[in-house]
Amino acid sequence: MRRIWFYPQKPASFRLIWSIVVCLTIGLNSFGCQKIESNRVCLVSSLPRTGVSRQVSDEVVRGIRLAIDEVKEKAGRFTLEYRDLDNSAAASGRWTSEGEAANARMAVQDPDVMAYIGTLNSGAARVSMPILNYADLLMVSPANTAVGLTKPGLGLPGEPNVYRPSGRLNYIRVVPADDLQGPLAADWAFERGVRRVFVIDDAGVYGRGVASLFADRCREQGMTVLDHVSIDPQAAEFKSFVGSVMSADPDLIYFGGSARTKGGQLARDLVSAESEAILLVSDGCRTEAFLEAAGAASLEGRCFATSAGLSPQQADCDEKLLFLRYRQKYGTCPSNGAIHGYEAARLVIRAIADVGQKDRRAIVESAFASQVDDGVLGQWSIDANGDTTLQEVSVSVVRDGKFVHEEVMSTADIGKKDGSR
Amino acid sequence: MDVASFLEQCGIGITSGGFLGLIAVGYTLVYGTVGLIHFAHGDVVMLGGCLSLAILSFLVPLPVDPLTGCLVVVLAATCSGLFCGCLNVCIDQFVYRPLRNAPPLSPLVSTIGVSFVLMNVGLIWIGPTDRAFPEIFLESTRSVGGFSIAMADLLVLVIIVPPVLCLYLLFRQTRFGRSLRSIAAITRATARSGEAGKLVIAAFFISGFLGGVASVAAGVHATTINYQMGHQMGLYALTAAVLGGIGSVPGALVGGLIVGLIRAISVALLGPRWAIASVFLVLIIFLAFRPQGIFGKSKTRGGQR
Repeated sequence: MRRIWFYPQKPASFRLIWSIVVCLTIGLNSFGCQKIESNRVCLVSSLPRTGVSRQVSDEVVRGIRLAIDEVKEKAGRFTLEYRDLDNSAAASGRWTSEGEAANARMAVQDPDVMAYIGTLNSGAARVSMPILNYADLLMVSPANTAVGLTKPGLGLPGEPNVYRPSGRLNYIRVVPADDLQGPLAADWAFERGVRRVFVIDDAGVYGRGVASLFADRCREQGMTVLDHVSIDPQAAEFKSFVGSVMSADPDLIYFGGSARTKGGQLARDLVSAESEAILLVSDGCRTEAFLEAAGAASLEGRCFATSAGLSPQQADCDEKLLFLRYRQKYGTCPSNGAIHGYEAARLVIRAIADVGQKDRRAIVESAFASQVDDGVLGQWSIDANGDTTLQEVSVSVVRDGKFVHEEVMSTADIGKKDGSR
Repeated sequence: MDVASFLEQCGIGITSGGFLGLIAVGYTLVYGTVGLIHFAHGDVVMLGGCLSLAILSFLVPLPVDPLTGCLVVVLAATCSGLFCGCLNVCIDQFVYRPLRNAPPLSPLVSTIGVSFVLMNVGLIWIGPTDRAFPEIFLESTRSVGGFSIAMADLLVLVIIVPPVLCLYLLFRQTRFGRSLRSIAAITRATARSGEAGKLVIAAFFISGFLGGVASVAAGVHATTINYQMGHQMGLYALTAAVLGGIGSVPGALVGGLIVGLIRAISVALLGPRWAIASVFLVLIIFLAFRPQGIFGKSKTRGGQR
């Protein structure tokens, strides 16, 4: 028999004693770790860390890290540990169900994990929400905008209760949902005198959802929706399709989707076909990847993007403390992603500190009861569905090769217009 | 769809069908010599696109006049072709050659494995986002005889036509080309050594070279490339090769044009989501009546395969 270094060839009694010693050593060691780390709470994020979405994820992670650094890695009596988990696969370049489910299960099984920040994509949230809900683990998304995740009657049949198998709520998002972004984008278009729109989406959960809400609101406003078409996000180009868009002669072309789902290529092909229509894109396209693929120079002054919440450019970069700290650490002003990541992490840290014990249910309830008075983007709280009470959408335009803040739309504006009509 | 739109879609279809045909020739040559569907071929083409992007970004940072633009693009296409040709030969010698006598599924699975490896190389090389091809020309369209023609489409033709003519001359006028065609009769086992082995290397090189040239045309046509482009382009090209009759070089070229046309017209009529479904529907219906493809030889009539 081959000799194994940790299992000496000795009589049976010696082997038994040796085994007991090894087991006790491992067991006590583990117990000791638990005891030493009893004041440790873990906060995890699950975001796509490869692929097109990586850039936005990086910004969210920077925001989270900044919030943790601000409190010197302490939440009340607990020491904070942050784990940056990846839910994407390099080959596909996007989040995967397997990756997201594995992250959620890992978080649930670790008794030190008290909060889960994520996801970036609404489709990924649909995978992890039921898993985390069973375990009463607080889930805070800095980016999900699909209405069905929280709002009854607005999403698919059965939503959002299918994500709440325990019957209790554990999911919060710090960005306004698409039922705000889509309709406010339509109002913005109507205000600019647009009357004929062509709506395109990427056939995804997020893209199709926001584009449908945009189209519905356009019809309510009396605008003509010439067509609503889904593209194939795997296609290399859209030259043939652009011809049919042009022949419809729209004033505005709306795209619900992201840079990952060929928003940039579509914009490029529209420009190549010498389309003179305004191009309005949803917040998934408000990225450098979109501008690079589309060719920023050709979109100058004619491509607009909506994004949920106030724009970071509305705050004075030199005066706001967050902006100052962020710029000191990373050399740039924080993007929307960074701000929402920061706000999500702050919400979690406060909830953990307020509860003062490792009680997942109590932390969820504390987060739901939060009233944020010193938020980066103003005062906000969480409503009964888990949505932020922020009701603003920012509109940006491409200038000098980047998205620059143009104006803010809010539900108050909708009320005014509805009243006036 | 009016006549002008139809003609416009035909133009787009012929342009994209042209480079799909070149890629399809790659599939058909490899299949004709070693009886293998080289699933990684689309990803070889993608890497050719990455190289040509690097070359063009370096040589043409700003748009240039048509003559200079054409010369630079031909240079990029040649470099990309040589690179892809060599890469294809390396893949064959190191991955496929040891599996010549293996059960048919082994080399098939290895081609899929190579495809994923190459895709990850592309991911590391150009990153995860769509990368824009540089604008080559100062003017985007030119009016010829009352018709407005996109300069990019003209450039694609400049890239595609010479290799097609060279292929014709190679297979019709040279002993080497005739040998390459006759190797289809040789079994996989005999392809391991001797004269047949050299011809297999030549087939892989030509296949890769045409793919490299096609990658530049694809980049000019789509104006962007990304590390996943090889997958769908390879799928269309393989369809073209089967439609034309796998093993037939003219069949692959004609198949490419047909696939390009079906794709362009179906996108215009039905919307972009239905492009792949339309192409495959036509393929299924056509193969039901003529399983050997347009130029393929039927087994029952004493064909080679």
